[in-house]
Amino acid sequence: MLQAASDPLMKVENLVVEYSVGGKTIHAVSDVSLEIARGETLGLVGESGCGKSTLGRAVLQLRQAVSGKVLFDGHDLTTLKGEPLRKMRRRVQLIFQDPIASLNPRRRIGDIVAEPLVIAGVRDPEERARRVSDVLSAVGLDPALVSGRLPHEFSGGQCQRICIARSLVLNPEFVICDEPVSALDVSIRAQILNLLEEMKARYGLTLLFIAHDLAVVKAVSDRVAVMYLGRLCEVGPSEQLFARPAHPYTALLIEAIPVPDPDVRPTQSVPVGEPPSPIAPPSGCRFRTRCPRADARCAGEVPELRVVAPGQFAACHHPLI
Amino acid sequence: MSGALLSVEDAVVDLPTPRGNLRAVDHVDLAVGAGKTLGIVGESGCGKTMLSRAVLQLLPKKAKLSGRVMFNGQDLTTLSAEKLRKLRGRSLAVVFQDPMTSLNPVLTIGTQLIETIQEHLELDLAQARQRSIELLAAVGIPAPEQRLAQYPHQLSGGMRQRVAIAIALSCEPQLLIADEPTTALDVTIQAQILDLLAREQQRRHMAMIIITHDLGVVAGRTDEVAVMYAGRVVERAPTPALFKQMRMPYTEALLAALPKLDVAPHTPLPAISGRPPDPTRPMKGCSFSPRCRYSAGRCTTEKPRLSPAETQEHLYACFHPIAAGVGA
Ligand SMILES: Nc1ncnc2c1ncn2[C@@H]1O[C@H](COP(=O)(O)OP(=O)(O)OP(=O)(O)O)[C@@H](O)[C@H]1O
Ligand SMILES: Nc1ncnc2c1ncn2[C@@H]1O[C@H](COP(=O)(O)OP(=O)(O)OP(=O)(O)O)[C@@H](O)[C@H]1O
Ligand code: SF4
Ligand code: SF4
Ligand SMILES: [Mg+2]
Ligand SMILES: [Mg+2]
Repeated sequence: MLQAASDPLMKVENLVVEYSVGGKTIHAVSDVSLEIARGETLGLVGESGCGKSTLGRAVLQLRQAVSGKVLFDGHDLTTLKGEPLRKMRRRVQLIFQDPIASLNPRRRIGDIVAEPLVIAGVRDPEERARRVSDVLSAVGLDPALVSGRLPHEFSGGQCQRICIARSLVLNPEFVICDEPVSALDVSIRAQILNLLEEMKARYGLTLLFIAHDLAVVKAVSDRVAVMYLGRLCEVGPSEQLFARPAHPYTALLIEAIPVPDPDVRPTQSVPVGEPPSPIAPPSGCRFRTRCPRADARCAGEVPELRVVAPGQFAACHHPLI
Repeated sequence: MSGALLSVEDAVVDLPTPRGNLRAVDHVDLAVGAGKTLGIVGESGCGKTMLSRAVLQLLPKKAKLSGRVMFNGQDLTTLSAEKLRKLRGRSLAVVFQDPMTSLNPVLTIGTQLIETIQEHLELDLAQARQRSIELLAAVGIPAPEQRLAQYPHQLSGGMRQRVAIAIALSCEPQLLIADEPTTALDVTIQAQILDLLAREQQRRHMAMIIITHDLGVVAGRTDEVAVMYAGRVVERAPTPALFKQMRMPYTEALLAALPKLDVAPHTPLPAISGRPPDPTRPMKGCSFSPRCRYSAGRCTTEKPRLSPAETQEHLYACFHPIAAGVGA
């Protein structure tokens, strides 16, 4: 099924990722298919533990999938090995949630940002220095001031700028941002979101933007995918999805957001209950134990992702639209 | 405010650090009445937790507190450790961001609840146990009887926070301080916990202070809001006035910088440039001045005082406040 425009740069097909813990299987990502068009930002939202990071890591081949394909620019990354895989990987980068923890505390900023160049075999120190300097300037840091310093001398927001610089220094085409602003304060968050948008335009990036905050995701995404307990619930153009969610879980997520307006009374309709265990997910629709519309069919039959509106797909037997 | 259950008067908290004195709370005045909810909002490090710990008299040992903390007519800063301990379980309760701060990992939920109840109320074991079950049910924990035998690690984060709330409520406190009670939780669980707190607050006619960095959390669930920046309260107003007639540029900037669901994707966010000042390097002027787009004249040389605007209830600390009625 085609979700995105005609030219997907990244295509995930029926991806299954599991962990095994103490003899039990955690169904972290179950049969997920996604497409991301060249130049597009796809937002990925869902509650803690629903499998967002696992999906991101499996796309990058940092975690091996049980089955399924990850097609990047037509090449299946799951079957590539050795040098061809390394070559592909350079075109795909990752930005983590915890900017401070993801920087080596004993290395200088200049070296941290240059590291991907060294690994990629850029031998000329002058070229490395030039590229590091360019990318640091691009993310709003003064290369002369920051290159010789250590990570602990920087705030969380500045560390995230450094991480972004490091992920862009190889000129990647595709970047996975895994909760890039969750650890940052409101005032800094806006700076980093704006920076990501600028970098996307400047470097012509395609982004997979992972977050649990719907408003943050909407701010930067062309389309949004909603995950629940390892499965995709809904995918669609951002504005359309938020205006007219088809999946009851998407609607619940939207309703639960606290709105900074005293005239908007917080909803009291959020059903009590929490996501079930990914070790023994419910049969049929995984959301059924919390869904107000659930019936017998929902318990017996896994809902497939189906078109509900132009460009919008939902996996639900009784969609809201 | 007269007749308030709690009033904090000119509180200052100083912490010695290797970099010099750190003023975590800088001349703060606050009050909250019975049955009312006060929200304290501000970014990380602005002093929210230190302020709440000053109220609870639970500051780090090396901290120095000056000012008064009046609770029910007595100044908590003058009470003995023993009196404070009694007061804390009984009249003054707290819920932290991380429920494990208040839960003991090696004791069952039941033991912890029953012990707290028996320490403060004259109930025998069977009564305390019955009461624990009722409390767990009240905070939305399914199968409460079975839960008594479980340990905190056997529960999800949301369930643990419910247990922490049950313990905090167990002795019918007059004031509950919730320090970022939902920051670590998912949105759907956050909504459930905030609903729970609001319901219990109303039912018990308790005073409540909700501390958060999320303006969305305070908007629909508080009577009054205090905005903190760099250790000081920079604006304080009844909640509707704060959102609709904000006068302080920082409040405006904070609200503007939030991504909002009703804005089209790819709209650049009005970010606040720079970052909060280093609390070990006191500034002469307004601490927001390096980041403030209205900064001019006295802003860099003199500290604006928190003072009333049109009404006695709406206070702000700014030399060039936003015109009344703008900024909604
Ligand atoms: N290395 C691991 N070993 C075992 N289980 C894991 C591992 N990593 C993740 N899991 C489990 O897999 C499921 C999906 O986790 P994942 O980290 O992908 O979720 P997430 O959506 O990124 O959550 P969060 O929002 O908390 O980051 C969870 O149940 C998690 O506990
Ligand atoms: N134990 C401590 N010793 C020294 N300084 C401390 C200590 N705890 C906090 N601080 C400092 O005191 C200031 C106020 O911290 P506080 O924890 O009150 O902030 P906060 O507003 O609660 O932030 P957050 O939103 O991150 O919880 C900060 O500059 C912080 O670094
Ligand atoms: S398939 Fe059934 S249980 Fe699942 S979301 Fe739709 S209505 Fe709810
Ligand atoms: S006093 Fe000056 S610098 Fe401070 S908030 Fe007001 S206008 Fe801005
Ligand atoms: Mg994750
Ligand atoms: Mg705090």
